[in-house]
Amino acid sequence: MRQLTLLLAIFFLSSTHVLAQERFFTRTGHIWFFSDAPLEDIEAHNRKAASILDVGTGDMVFSVPMKEFEFRKSLMQTHFNENYVESDKYPKATFKGKVINIQVVDLEKDAAYEVRVKGVLHIHGQDKSIDTVGILEVKAGRLFGKSTFTVTPQEFGIKIPRLVRNNIARQIDITVDVVYEPLTENSLQLW
Amino acid sequence: MVKISFLLVLVCLPLTFAQAQDELLKLAGATDSAASETVTGTFKATRLVNGHSVETNGEGVLLFLISHRFGTLNSGAYEFFGLDQATIRLGLEYGLTDCLNVGIGRSSLEKTFDGFLKYKLLQQQTKQGMPVTLTLFTSTAVRSLKWPDEEESLDLEHRFTYTHQLLIARKFTERLSLQLSPTLVHRNLVPARQDENNVYALGGGGRFKITKHTSFNAEYYYLLSDQTREAFRNTLSLGFDIETGGHVFQLIFTNAQGMVEKFFVPQNTGYWSKGDIYFGFNISRTFDLKGDEEW
Repeated sequence: MRQLTLLLAIFFLSSTHVLAQERFFTRTGHIWFFSDAPLEDIEAHNRKAASILDVGTGDMVFSVPMKEFEFRKSLMQTHFNENYVESDKYPKATFKGKVINIQVVDLEKDAAYEVRVKGVLHIHGQDKSIDTVGILEVKAGRLFGKSTFTVTPQEFGIKIPRLVRNNIARQIDITVDVVYEPLTENSLQLW
Repeated sequence: MVKISFLLVLVCLPLTFAQAQDELLKLAGATDSAASETVTGTFKATRLVNGHSVETNGEGVLLFLISHRFGTLNSGAYEFFGLDQATIRLGLEYGLTDCLNVGIGRSSLEKTFDGFLKYKLLQQQTKQGMPVTLTLFTSTAVRSLKWPDEEESLDLEHRFTYTHQLLIARKFTERLSLQLSPTLVHRNLVPARQDENNVYALGGGGRFKITKHTSFNAEYYYLLSDQTREAFRNTLSLGFDIETGGHVFQLIFTNAQGMVEKFFVPQNTGYWSKGDIYFGFNISRTFDLKGDEEW
């Protein structure tokens, strides 16, 4: 029995140790999108995205509360949530993926590294594979991540009625801009 | 020892292999700052049908509302079933803040000017939060139509009517929202001795969304008894909303001709059963007057 406790203790200790060193996180990731439609430009910002990056394995995840996208026009925000992404039904967008060349990032050296991210983006109940490039910059123990990619509403089963077709662009550019802090036991406890 | 290794395998498994990402996602999902649980879009327009809904315009949003009622359907083929006649109200509403709106309007009926204030006091929240949205509404209507000659001595104050409403609504499902609107209309001047100056009414109604952009609406204003003459009827209004981004079109059938509370609550004479049904529409267009500053 003592052996078991010891083993478990060692296991947990080592796992938290690993956690402390290799995982980075943010709760205030900035994600914004822009669409250049014939009638009007649409732009919305979300500064409440959570993300975790494991620099050991390259695993990268995002959890994005859809209702936190802020539009300049409040009516647009209501319509975004009500008519298109159906935020009550699908409250979160997620991304599950990997930085496939994470080994190029040297945490000891402050510099910007070009990385390639592959994974699955989940919005409005539908999955789409994403393969994009981005920048991971190491600076004073923090990681600054940036990337831009393009999606279409159709890919996520979001229908645009003919009536409002000119108000909404076919292509939407999504920009991700996050500042990762090291994930420590303390930051876990804060949650 | 077998037990121990089994336990260890059990503990370690979820942390390794592809499930690592799911674990991370669970962790991230628990931590994103999804604080806002606000229920939005209870109704598509600031009017349910004739009366106000709990909705307010956002800060810096100007809404231009054109309301129009034709004559009654029972006026016959000669009057083209009412389409030859019309009353109209032109209105502007502005969001001083997301919750506080101010509005003005001018109706052709009795050449009436009106102004109102609307304040959203409580906003419905999901789950454990606030169950309803509560909006306070208060308005003043001024008749500017000249008095018939023999009554020229009437004072200015006799032209005023005040309306106060509590608008209480709940969005029950994505499609169904219901509203209760307890109403008090105070008239400085009443048409006859049987009419009270203060008229209490209970409004109720709701919407049922048919598609994401259209909904069916209904509204009923029930006059509490013995406050007005028998001739004045409760108001039943049916509407169909079509929303196209910045516009909302509301097609309406109602037994009330006027489009401000002083007309459709205490002094409505139309009978549905006799075909005193006014067809009409409300068309609203929003304009965003807010600057381009960072938001």
